[in-house]
Amino acid sequence: MTKFVAKDHELVPEHIILLPEEGKEVLIKYGVDAAQLPKIHVNDPVAKEIGAKVGNILKIIRKSPTAKHSTFYRLVID
Amino acid sequence: MNLSHKEIQETLDHLDLPHGIVNAIREELEGREIAKEQLQEIIGQVVEDYEHARVEPCEAVGVVAAQSIGEPGTQMTMRTFHYAGVAEINVTLGLPRLIEIVDARKIPSTPTMTIRLTPEYAYDRDLAREVAWAIESTSLLHLGSIATDLAEMNIIMELNPSAMDQRKITVEEVADRLREETGLPVDQRDNVLIMAPKEASYRELLQLVEKIKKISLKGLEGIKRVVIRKEREEYVLYTEGSSLKKIMQFDGVDPARTKTNNINEIGEVLGIEAARNAIINEATDTLREQGLSVDVRHIMLVADIMTVDGDVKQIGRHGISGEKASVLARAAFEVTVNHILDAAVRGDVDDLKGVTENVIVGQPIQLGTGDVQLIVSRTR
Repeated sequence: MTKFVAKDHELVPEHIILLPEEGKEVLIKYGVDAAQLPKIHVNDPVAKEIGAKVGNILKIIRKSPTAKHSTFYRLVID
Repeated sequence: MNLSHKEIQETLDHLDLPHGIVNAIREELEGREIAKEQLQEIIGQVVEDYEHARVEPCEAVGVVAAQSIGEPGTQMTMRTFHYAGVAEINVTLGLPRLIEIVDARKIPSTPTMTIRLTPEYAYDRDLAREVAWAIESTSLLHLGSIATDLAEMNIIMELNPSAMDQRKITVEEVADRLREETGLPVDQRDNVLIMAPKEASYRELLQLVEKIKKISLKGLEGIKRVVIRKEREEYVLYTEGSSLKKIMQFDGVDPARTKTNNINEIGEVLGIEAARNAIINEATDTLREQGLSVDVRHIMLVADIMTVDGDVKQIGRHGISGEKASVLARAAFEVTVNHILDAAVRGDVDDLKGVTENVIVGQPIQLGTGDVQLIVSRTR
């Protein structure tokens, strides 16, 4: 039996770890500090699966009923 | 001079518009001859309409969302139970369920799972039933009867062979489980099991009976009932009780499409983003079931704010409202005296930036026209 991975579940959108440069671009684009971003815990099942570290910024591509896809960012905290 | 397909696609890819809108333009332009100026004109119009429809900066979206969900809430039934199918599993619905969702309760009053099966199992009633038996928590009372013999000071358990066949469990397995759980010897004679308590007292005997009744012999603990329903072509299992993490390990269960109505459990097993989606789905379903339609954007805002910190927090005293920066805003919500007293002891300062605080002190609120401030430039 294969082990179930949370990111395969239909409720879970795609999570991508941003490179530090990409993360900076996001912060500049929105004019915010990293601490002002929404958060995600390091021990969040999906964050763990993709191997996110504290301080990473995750790009989340959500399925949206109004805009088809929308991008969202979360800062990894512990 | 008409644009090539590739050029159109490239221009569209670089638009700062939601995917849905870009795709709509793309579909409309499919197979049409179009000049560069025309494309610019179309895009210009779309952007203008989009900007017009978009919420203004400084708009009080939270208040609008609260009222948009609150008003239909007044029309909801106070107490409803819904029977999924024929007098089977009941689930809390209506206003109590909506309150439960925004309160982010650890365990909802009626936890239930919707289990979807893998293709091999989903279309076969017998295989679906097999999965259901495997999941459902089986106690001794499902398999037979328990009687106490006061003369011999022992417990006689008579097991029904057909019930055991159905649930795929043997007398030996039952005896093993009982030994494991109680640590007492079990005497087996065909389909009859006999046990005696350590001390031959009446009280011990009755306690042992109660204990035996509670032992889960097979299946998942907490899954009290499983109901099979046919939805379109597929068989779907509904359970009373929820255990998402364990259910995903079962053969025949499709883990990617199996859900629970316990939002906190989803948060733990599938992460914060899944919890956000679960809040949106549960709230929309609850409202729709009552025949109410609320724009999904309001619910999305609520779900976003509930999950913003990485874990699901409630809208209320211990969550969003209780974490406001302003002392006066918190005091205006609940437990007024405590907040003001604590603030006085700590020497808190209120910046009067929010709506509630400014209403309390009688100043214009910083929203809409109230948000504009004039600053004199001294150099000119």
